[in-house]
Amino acid sequence: MANLKELSTRKEALCGGHRMCPGCGAPIIVRQILLAAKDPVVIVSATGCLEVSTTIFPYTAWNVPFLHNAFENAAATMAGIEACYQKYKRDGKITKNIQFIAFGGDGGTYDIGLQSLSGAMERGHDFLYVCYNNEAYMNTGVQRSGATPKGANTTTEPAGKVKQGKSKYRKDLTEIMVAHNIPYVAQATAGSWVDLTRKAEKAFSIRGAKFINVLQPCRLGWAYKPEETLALSRLAVETCYWPAYEVENGVYKINIKPKDKKPIVDFLKSQDRFRHLFKPGNEGILEDIQKEVDHRWEMLLAKESSGKAG
Amino acid sequence: MKEEKPGWKKLAKADVLPAGTAESFETGDWRSDRPTWHPERCIQCLICWISCPDTSILVKDSKMTGIDLKHCKGCGICARECPVKPEKAITMSSERECKL
Amino acid sequence: MAKDVAKTGNEAMAEAMRQINPDVVAAYPITPATEVVMIFAKYVADGLVSTEYVAVESEHSAMSACVGASAAGGRVMTGTSSQGLVYMFEILPIAAALRLPIVMCEVNRAISGPINIHCDHSDTMAARDFGWIQIFSENSQEAYDSLIQAIRIAEDPRVSLPTMVTTDGFIISHCLDRITILEDSEVQDFIGKSRKAEVELLNVDKPVSIGAIDLQDYYFEHRVQIAEAIKNSKKVIQEVADEFAKKFGRQYGFIEEYKLADADVAIVALGSTCGTAKVVIDELRSKGVKAGMLKIRLFRPFPAEEIIKALSNVKALAILDRSDTWSGQGGHVFTEIRSAMYEVKNKPKMINYIYGLGGREITKEHLHQVFADLGKIDSKPLYNYLGVRE
Repeated sequence: MANLKELSTRKEALCGGHRMCPGCGAPIIVRQILLAAKDPVVIVSATGCLEVSTTIFPYTAWNVPFLHNAFENAAATMAGIEACYQKYKRDGKITKNIQFIAFGGDGGTYDIGLQSLSGAMERGHDFLYVCYNNEAYMNTGVQRSGATPKGANTTTEPAGKVKQGKSKYRKDLTEIMVAHNIPYVAQATAGSWVDLTRKAEKAFSIRGAKFINVLQPCRLGWAYKPEETLALSRLAVETCYWPAYEVENGVYKINIKPKDKKPIVDFLKSQDRFRHLFKPGNEGILEDIQKEVDHRWEMLLAKESSGKAG
Repeated sequence: MKEEKPGWKKLAKADVLPAGTAESFETGDWRSDRPTWHPERCIQCLICWISCPDTSILVKDSKMTGIDLKHCKGCGICARECPVKPEKAITMSSERECKL
Repeated sequence: MAKDVAKTGNEAMAEAMRQINPDVVAAYPITPATEVVMIFAKYVADGLVSTEYVAVESEHSAMSACVGASAAGGRVMTGTSSQGLVYMFEILPIAAALRLPIVMCEVNRAISGPINIHCDHSDTMAARDFGWIQIFSENSQEAYDSLIQAIRIAEDPRVSLPTMVTTDGFIISHCLDRITILEDSEVQDFIGKSRKAEVELLNVDKPVSIGAIDLQDYYFEHRVQIAEAIKNSKKVIQEVADEFAKKFGRQYGFIEEYKLADADVAIVALGSTCGTAKVVIDELRSKGVKAGMLKIRLFRPFPAEEIIKALSNVKALAILDRSDTWSGQGGHVFTEIRSAMYEVKNKPKMINYIYGLGGREITKEHLHQVFADLGKIDSKPLYNYLGVRE
């Protein structure tokens, strides 16, 4: 496991001069993951914040090979690149080991990109898919996605006079990926670089399809001060809102178990997208959200202990 | 200065770019707040470096050497994450005042 | 040594693919194109090709994976029809814009709805505006020959455009015909052992970024580059056809003129209908009618110059469309020829027949009727249907 001093000697995949928002979590995630790669990398990104802001013709912030195709097909596009790589290796045209990493936002992954992700995972292409999950279609103005949590204010399911933001809970894509029986699935945030880089390194050491779901606070869509991005990431883990865990060959391991599990309102009150939930009359919603967080956490703990029993 | 943009005849074939051309795009003028590094307090933990969204913490031989003000957007994450107590090794102040 | 074999259109295309031995094939099944990639998958399983075969979960992913593999530097092929082609629509223009020489077997089938699995040209015609080169085949021989030429055309640095070679669904794709195939080595020599990609994503020592967003200041220029490439491709298509003729004896062009030079009355058609038309024209000729046909092989780019020249002596012309533009102004071929002919001084009188939609049979009798109509063209409406129940 590399330390920061060693990591700092490695080549950066992303240079300054990109146009992500000040304090955006996405480039932090990208930097941490790619610094963990010892082999050369090839990147695909789905349409979204990351892709649009890092490659505005004639500027590209990528120092490594990069391809953008469309919105919903990062995984399928990468499948084609990886297939060509396998062919070139068989032909002896390429001998070096290359790591393939596809990035997609929650939009291009949970929703419109789910089909191509599922297909690529089922076929077991040798690549890592990273979802930088900011819980809405941020690039186009904070529209709701399948990753948007209950109660969040988005522009297509806003909080107003009669509605209180998203009415249903988000889907659990990490668990959907576990159900694909791929060798490695994980959840993480950039709030702990130790955890994220270790997971990336683990993924890079495994042959086959890998998936890491990284929660990415968005200062614009979540509405908070930009310097809080990593602190908020850690709060998401400490409230068990976004558990840091991994599933390697079906065996669950929770990597960060908060000593003092913080109440979910600590997380919710730190972002304006949940501000309306603190209006009088919405106490029930806050209770529901806490119940759901607790329920999901209990289920995860149970999955971990049932794995240990075997 | 008006940049000369190439016409379709001179433009390279297809939407392909050589790596890292954004390096020349200066996002430093986005700042409202500027970070100041206090090397005398710095413990060289490199947490600011791994936390920067804009690859703007300069590092050489595993040591932090400064901040890339051409690209730094002043988000303040470096200052927020700096673990040094009681006073941080990176502090934020008004960009305008720094300029003056 | 070339040899004669019995092959259906799908088998002929699969055979050409086997001999081409692409680096990657990413494909999804759809009737009536399924067999092309299914037969090819068996070649993969039997080690007859060294292709990396990706059995994707949709046509959208098929074309997406083709884009990835082609951007990686590989020689890439796929096959589809109808709804599959339509599902690829989002990615087709991207493949062209990124100048990727993907070659596709397109088996012409009606697009829904209602759902119909039989032949018409609505699928390929609907894709005409995406920057792909489009070649129509009359029969299995043409499909086989054109597919091999397509690799050379697409990969030529003066072109660098994806190319689709079409056959008529079921009529040609599933019809057993006698074709002459080349030696494996002849095909490999003709196309070159591997693609000389100008951009290779897998070259990690020379990293590139492909697919950046263009704002208002670059999109137009990038798109004009594609327009120019399409125009330039005509020269390359002819060069490749001439080299093919020199080596293998079968000459192709953008069009085929069948007894057209002295024809008074003529039809324009694409695909398998041309085969039927040739028989009808021979019958009419034996009765002293100066009938002829213009077959269009190359639809994109549109060979306006050659078409105008070929039709210059014709007096009455019926343009047959196996698709409709739904504009109220006729089918695709009709509108494009009329537009091309606008400035021509002594142009033929032209009427349109939309025929054969959803696999509706086109018979010799139908075509005889068309030629008879051309005898009294002035009394015919501009837009006609052939073979539909009113």
